[in-house]
Amino acid sequence: MRFLPSEEQSDFARTLRGLLAASEVPAAVRAWGAGDHAPGRALWARLAATGLFALAADEAHEGMGLLPLELATGFVELGRAGVPGPVVETAAAAVLLTRLGDEALAKRFLPGLAAGETSATLTLPGAGPYALDADAATHLFTVSPAGELRLAPGAGPLRTSTDPARRLALPDGGGELLAAGPAVTAAARDAADWARLLTAAQCLGTGEALLARTVGYAKQRTQFGTAIGGFQAVKHRLADTLIGLEFARPLLWAAALSLDPGEVAAAKLTAGEAAYAAAMTALQLHGAVGYTEELDLSLWLRKARPLRDAWGSPSQCRAAVLQERLR
Amino acid sequence: MDLNHSADVEAFRAEARDWLAAHVPATPLPSLETREGFAAHREWEALLHAARWAVVSWPEEYGGRGVDIEHWLVFEEEYWAAGAPGRVSQNGINLLAPTLFDHATDEQRARVLPSMASGETIWAQAWSEPESGSDLASLTSRAVRTEGGWLLTGQKTWSSRAAFADRAFGIFRTDPDTPKPHQGLTYLMFDLRAPGVTVRPIGRLDGKPAFAELFLDEVFVPDADVIGEPGQGWRIAMSTTGNERGLTLRAPGRFLAAADRLVDLWHDLGDPADTALRDRVADAVVGARAYQLFTWANASRFAAGETIGAESSLNKVFWSRYDIALHESALDLLGPDAELADGEWAEPWIFSLAGPIYAGTNEIQRDIIAERLLGLPKGRR
Ligand SMILES: Cc1cc2nc3c(=O)[nH]c(=O)nc-3n(C[C@H](O)[C@H](O)[C@H](O)COP(=O)(O)OP(=O)(O)OC[C@H]3O[C@@H](n4cnc5c(N)ncnc54)[C@H](O)[C@@H]3O)c2cc1C
Repeated sequence: MRFLPSEEQSDFARTLRGLLAASEVPAAVRAWGAGDHAPGRALWARLAATGLFALAADEAHEGMGLLPLELATGFVELGRAGVPGPVVETAAAAVLLTRLGDEALAKRFLPGLAAGETSATLTLPGAGPYALDADAATHLFTVSPAGELRLAPGAGPLRTSTDPARRLALPDGGGELLAAGPAVTAAARDAADWARLLTAAQCLGTGEALLARTVGYAKQRTQFGTAIGGFQAVKHRLADTLIGLEFARPLLWAAALSLDPGEVAAAKLTAGEAAYAAAMTALQLHGAVGYTEELDLSLWLRKARPLRDAWGSPSQCRAAVLQERLR
Repeated sequence: MDLNHSADVEAFRAEARDWLAAHVPATPLPSLETREGFAAHREWEALLHAARWAVVSWPEEYGGRGVDIEHWLVFEEEYWAAGAPGRVSQNGINLLAPTLFDHATDEQRARVLPSMASGETIWAQAWSEPESGSDLASLTSRAVRTEGGWLLTGQKTWSSRAAFADRAFGIFRTDPDTPKPHQGLTYLMFDLRAPGVTVRPIGRLDGKPAFAELFLDEVFVPDADVIGEPGQGWRIAMSTTGNERGLTLRAPGRFLAAADRLVDLWHDLGDPADTALRDRVADAVVGARAYQLFTWANASRFAAGETIGAESSLNKVFWSRYDIALHESALDLLGPDAELADGEWAEPWIFSLAGPIYAGTNEIQRDIIAERLLGLPKGRR
């Protein structure tokens, strides 16, 4: 047993972190929310060059094999930087197509997704009805409860999420039927687990970014003649935030290692709650300036709640944990 | 990254499981916080020791099996899963022994450790004083030089199980004139039945009488029972608190087993319509797993030669809060039976309530986390 990331895994995370730190992500997020996808796409292209999207596709189709641990490690960094767009959905679509094992479909879609040249969004049975960023994604996949995989012809009106960088739409019915049957249902189940796992990773990164910014602020903001970070009530909230995040991390690793649905649900639950708690702490400790959209902090603040609920709300995740336990 | 145990560890697990299945008492022993329970638990410790399960991580010469932390964690999983008795020796094994391994002489180790392992000598921790709890360094009990040793005078309190224990370890002021309170302290061991020692039991919250305060009046301690250099007591003691809060005080196996029992209880008694309670049971399952994995990650760091420092404060706050939440959920599931004092969950619940207080209160742990891990300014303390 060695329950620590390998050198390569840590290096990959460091590379992504460096790249994203140098990429002015906040500006790309704001543009994305305003409907201008160009800076976000440029960011995606740089991410694709690291091989990130290839980690969710098999080698036969220009992927690097399904590597959930590496991908999850990478998605922590996407969350930390606040990268906009259907990153989770693109990876989940790649997993679905890889798992489906339909050579023609794989050939048609996977190389583009793995290379980051195309993107995807999708809806899956048992998850929410909205497709994320349907206006920006190249492909919009839907899987029906009966196991029909379709390429949706379009989507309904765009609705903004409480996180302005996320835009939601109901896929139109019909569209090209790509595949149907139990294999689709099984592949969709796997894809949903990956989506849940990678959202958990994004949550962890989001929470870490919120904590780091808040610690920085608490050291620098003075009131009553002293840095607010010296007040015990402030310190203790930040300490609790760290505890929440530090205990979510190993759950995420274990979930990525096993892809066991109970483990994935546990990771999502814990990381989602920790990130949301980090957001509430960040807001409170920043005071009024935290309650403005001018401060970049708001980009993470507003993400925390939708991410906590996307691909499995806390309640759904808790039910999944117990379901696995009683099996 | 790899979560699989080696064949060697799995064989060790199987051996422990078999032994425990054959030896764990069928009916629970009386509470180790009572005189009668103390005696029964001593016998259990002797049985464990005879089969060399009492202190598996210690070197063989002191009664252990010389196994690494991964084996120890696995042993603890099996131990608690088997429903084995709480460890009456825990203060000695978890707190004093690591200090002895790090700071004692060979002679002291050879003299003290074997009888600790067998349960023949049960140790109590004598750190706290009436005026020195969180601010431990303010302690005033003193040790004064005398022919061949030291004379202890003062009062210690909140000493777990000291009412029935044999010996104690504690910190005493040997130089009252130092500029800083944590200087001039000396760490030593003494006999709870020595002349000059008065032990007064204090009923705990549930009235069980093993807690005690100690009145010391010129109690003689030979030089041979001083641990490390006189005057270095604080540094030596702090190396023990890392152990206490960190890897070894509360093994994840304990919480994994408790969470399993909670799931069973929920299965037997839970109302499927009560999703709030269902969610808390799920949280208990997830929390135990999180703690286990967090510990494995730390153990991996340890095995890779890193040290665990202030990170141990994360553990302390986590498990103490977790423990209370888990037991409260059990009480809620039990409904009207929850208040029965002889119920299976009653004593563990009462005990869980002390978690945020002992081993350094959670407020103090949060200060450590904020200052040492997050780099926030030091407050007045
Ligand atoms: C079940 C149990 C077993 C114990 N076993 C032992 C034992 O075997 N040996 C032993 O030596 N001791 C033992 N103790 C004592 C324990 O270590 C102390 O209770 C603990 O250190 C706290 O000290 P105190 O009780 O004097 O509380 P105080 O230090 O008086 O604290 C009271 C409250 O004030 C808070 N507080 C104090 N200072 C600060 C600060 N700077 N910032 C914020 N809050 C602060 C504390 O967090 C606490 O909430 C045990 C205690 C319990 C409950």
